[in-house]
Amino acid sequence: MNPSTVTARYSLGLDLGTTHCALSWVDTEASDGEKVAQGVLQIPQLTGPGMVEDKPLLPSFLYLPHESELAPGDLGLPWAASQPYAVGEFARTRGAATPIRLVASAKSWLCHPGVDRRGTILPAEAPAEVERVSPLEASVRYLSHLKAAWNQAHPEAPFEQQQITVTIPASFDPVARELTAEAAQAAGFQQLTLLEEPQAALYSWIQQSAGGWRQSVRRGDLILVVDVGGGTTDLSLIAVLEREGELELHRVAVGDHILLGGDNMDLALAYGVTAKLAQQGSRLDAWQTRALAHACRGAKEALLNDATLDAVPVVVPSRGSKLIGGSVRTEVTRAELSKLLLEGFFPPAQASDQPLSRARAGLTQLGLPYAQDAAVTRHLASFLSRQLGATESLEGFGVPQPAAATFLHPTAVLFNGGVLKSGLIAERLLEVLNGWLVADGAPAARLLPGADLDLAVARGAAYYGYVRRGRGVRIRGGTAQSYYVGVESSMPAIPGFEPPLQALCLAPFGMEEGTEAPLPEQQFGLVVGEPVRFRFFGSSVRRQDPVGALLDFWSPDELQELQEIEVSLPAEGRAPGEVVAVRLQARVTETGTIELEALPVGGHERWKVELDVRAEASTQVPA
Amino acid sequence: MLGWPQYLSNRTYPFMSTHRPNLLSRLSLALASFFSILSRPGFAADVERLRREGWPAPAAPVVAPVAPVPPVAPVAPVAPVAPVAAPPAPVPPPQLAPETAALQLLGLLQREARFIDFVQEDVQAYGDAEIGAAARVVHEGCRKVLREHFTLAPVRAEAEGSRLTLQPGFDAAAVRVTGHVVGQPPFSGTLGHRGWRATETRLPKLGQGHDASVLAQAEVEL
Repeated sequence: MNPSTVTARYSLGLDLGTTHCALSWVDTEASDGEKVAQGVLQIPQLTGPGMVEDKPLLPSFLYLPHESELAPGDLGLPWAASQPYAVGEFARTRGAATPIRLVASAKSWLCHPGVDRRGTILPAEAPAEVERVSPLEASVRYLSHLKAAWNQAHPEAPFEQQQITVTIPASFDPVARELTAEAAQAAGFQQLTLLEEPQAALYSWIQQSAGGWRQSVRRGDLILVVDVGGGTTDLSLIAVLEREGELELHRVAVGDHILLGGDNMDLALAYGVTAKLAQQGSRLDAWQTRALAHACRGAKEALLNDATLDAVPVVVPSRGSKLIGGSVRTEVTRAELSKLLLEGFFPPAQASDQPLSRARAGLTQLGLPYAQDAAVTRHLASFLSRQLGATESLEGFGVPQPAAATFLHPTAVLFNGGVLKSGLIAERLLEVLNGWLVADGAPAARLLPGADLDLAVARGAAYYGYVRRGRGVRIRGGTAQSYYVGVESSMPAIPGFEPPLQALCLAPFGMEEGTEAPLPEQQFGLVVGEPVRFRFFGSSVRRQDPVGALLDFWSPDELQELQEIEVSLPAEGRAPGEVVAVRLQARVTETGTIELEALPVGGHERWKVELDVRAEASTQVPA
Repeated sequence: MLGWPQYLSNRTYPFMSTHRPNLLSRLSLALASFFSILSRPGFAADVERLRREGWPAPAAPVVAPVAPVPPVAPVAPVAPVAPVAAPPAPVPPPQLAPETAALQLLGLLQREARFIDFVQEDVQAYGDAEIGAAARVVHEGCRKVLREHFTLAPVRAEAEGSRLTLQPGFDAAAVRVTGHVVGQPPFSGTLGHRGWRATETRLPKLGQGHDASVLAQAEVEL
């Protein structure tokens, strides 16, 4: 850690969410040990034309208005008299009526390997005259807004001089991590660390317990963090170890990137109610459908939070000024809610279930690789089965999984994300999980009481910045995948057969921030002046492969192919066309991104290997 | 140039009273007057007279709002404008019409609750079920506006229906005595209504040149 990090007064945690952003701070000067002075920044943002309000959450939406759409000054902010776009609440509401000018879910695009993430591609449906932005640029604008909001509220402690932690999904691939760090740098962030969201949620839980967490968990506990946010579902497993008499937390596994969240659920409910209205003879226009989705969200929250309600009336106001005559009234019943949400998204699946992959339901939006199976429970089952061996060689854990276990047995659960604020959904999820555990002869998992699920990630991130200075327990774990480069075997060509591919391990599982992997022996011949691409793989289950291990065979779910990587050796000092032998080396930066470098054999140069290669080569879109 | 009036950077608008009302107290006065004009015809008539006959010289209200009035008398150092927080003092605000806050509140009620649509409509033609359905929209939205923009507290903490005693010098502005009002305090009586007090107001800050008189934009679908 560099010295200025230690002198920064505030540790700031930024939750850069798919649907909302938040910023929390820890005042390290006013904090002592487990007594932490923490708060959440009220973020000034446009809520209407020319109208600025403070809110704890900044909706992650960017609106690109038509030049004559708004009066001059309508987009002014306390720190900028005018800018040609809006982010936050106003962007969200305005964009709902004009989606061709709205950038939403930029974060999901940022981790979409099928597109050029630096390319100006958003809004995806915008007509030619709208000046599009890249997923990267949209993220830069949200982060810049948060920075400006902080600087306005704290002119005495400039953002640039504080210690910053930005959260990312645990399942973010190396390119998405790199792009997030790049967006933060473009927004002028100086001292940056990336932190996985489920870890941040657990840090928030630790902080809220004010030291009591040591009594709530014990050696051998395995904490499952389920984070169902607005746009994504993120799973992580954190083991509780004991080393030298101290409890330690070790993140042992993370799930796949699942584009499935609260927004899908609201949409599903709204579709269900629209169908019901259509049966009753009421047709809704597009404006009313949106109003209905909004009303349904309210009804959903009421029903999910109060188990005694049987039905909640929903009124879709008319668009015109005649409110009384033109409104459509209906209701959402508990039976509908159960059918659409609980059974649709949290069905009582079996532990051996796998997510279904079949034709997509009506929840998809053009372009993004939404999860094909809406059942969170099946994604969870598949994750736990795959990670059966995650704790096998964990030193200090001490509790081996029973030999007959068919999936990894968590002993405690921490929920996070807006969706799991609902008692009914949380209960269902826990019930399904405990059903599996009981069937496997294991004790039921207990629920760790979470706190404010909307803000836990930002709060946990700010707290993490504080404990990084050595003032509290840290979750260890390092990288959640091992990484491999594809090596084509040299053998005589056989018509109709691709040459067999081997995978060379470059980065082992669990590399910590600021460390470098050893240099593998394997050499590659690169042609000077010509970019060369390699196939690149990640594995979330192969924990034992050392650097240099060469795999001849692997099963399809052991290694996932990531985007291709590219190396090009500049021609300086060499003859173009010359073949140079290089070796590839991996390291994890202090920020938390992964870097690959090519080192010519016998030389001292290091060439950066591009992880984010233009998309055209990668045709595969992960489900 | 920011062009953002300094007083607008205050996060909340606590009520306060001074001899020469600053912007914040004028804001509260405007709000209170707005409702008084609606509910009390006599008050409305007085305001009308004041507007007709007793309007102050036009130059005065333009400068007054920002310039932190030098402490004329050794009163407690009220700091209506945060002098520390804001960097270089921005230009004085443009004249903010006194009714802006009232218009802003109406705009919020319309945006969230369709308040104007509802009240402007003739309810005679509709049955209670239809009015009830629309009233849900209005009720939910009005609640949201109250919750987000005001902090409300009862004037009296006692339960309604309980007996209480008003000491001499009680705040007659906050407590209204009714019925057998004779003699000198202490008065004892029954609490009929706890009263409401806005302890905090958080109206959105308005950009320069924002026309608050547009309560709801006309919508044209292209």
